[in-house]
Amino acid sequence: MVITASTCRTETVFDYSWGHVVAAYWNRYPNPSSTHVLTEDTIQREVRDGKLYSRRLLSKTNPVPKWGARFYNNAPVKIVEDSVLDPVKRTFTTFTRNLGMKKIMKVDEIVVYTEQKDGSTLAVRRAYISSQVFGFSRAIRAFGIERFKSNSNKASNGFNYVLRRMFPQHQLNT
Amino acid sequence: MNSIGEDCNELKKQYDACFNSWFSGSFLKGTTDDSACAPIFKIYQECVKRAMREQKIELREIETDYTTGGEYDNNNSSSSSSTGSNKS
Repeated sequence: MVITASTCRTETVFDYSWGHVVAAYWNRYPNPSSTHVLTEDTIQREVRDGKLYSRRLLSKTNPVPKWGARFYNNAPVKIVEDSVLDPVKRTFTTFTRNLGMKKIMKVDEIVVYTEQKDGSTLAVRRAYISSQVFGFSRAIRAFGIERFKSNSNKASNGFNYVLRRMFPQHQLNT
Repeated sequence: MNSIGEDCNELKKQYDACFNSWFSGSFLKGTTDDSACAPIFKIYQECVKRAMREQKIELREIETDYTTGGEYDNNNSSSSSSTGSNKS
């Protein structure tokens, strides 16, 4: 069986140093743009070869359009987020995916945070969305992409809110 | 932010505080010894694992190894496209 996946990519520049961005990352929730995030837990964490590996479990509300109700219940979705942080190369990669309901819609998201020459931080976010629901796959993927785009905006707004609060004096001149 | 287990909130708060101070104060400055928060992490973990069992969150579905999406590394397409990926 061939599963069709849709991909999507967005870039965001944060006007904060990489060190500030990664420190704020662990304190992103709650923020006013992330009211859909209900819980957040670290379920594994270790330092290996000088890099920090973390696995976190998030739960989020799962609003779906009316036509989607036949495929979903409205129980919170569980998200697993793995990340690797390299303090020497100054890169931070997160990989998130949903637990369960993967046949309906599977969303894998990769975000790479790197330091830019001007001292700001670039986040490149990619998502891979697939669905195996016969006859609805295209509609479900289109819905997934729209939600990814609006969630990307929300995520960066929320992140900036947390950065401003944590490091009010450190926003770079733009 | 709340924990998935209501009775883990206090432990989570303590662990997060410990982690944040270790992360910025030690790890980012080159210290890789992560034993400082190990005791509180262990207690917090026991609480979270119990809550996950109670809520029937299937951990079997989560691979043991960390994954960072390596399967996508050769794919940099920037718009909607078919990749024919058969990994699920």
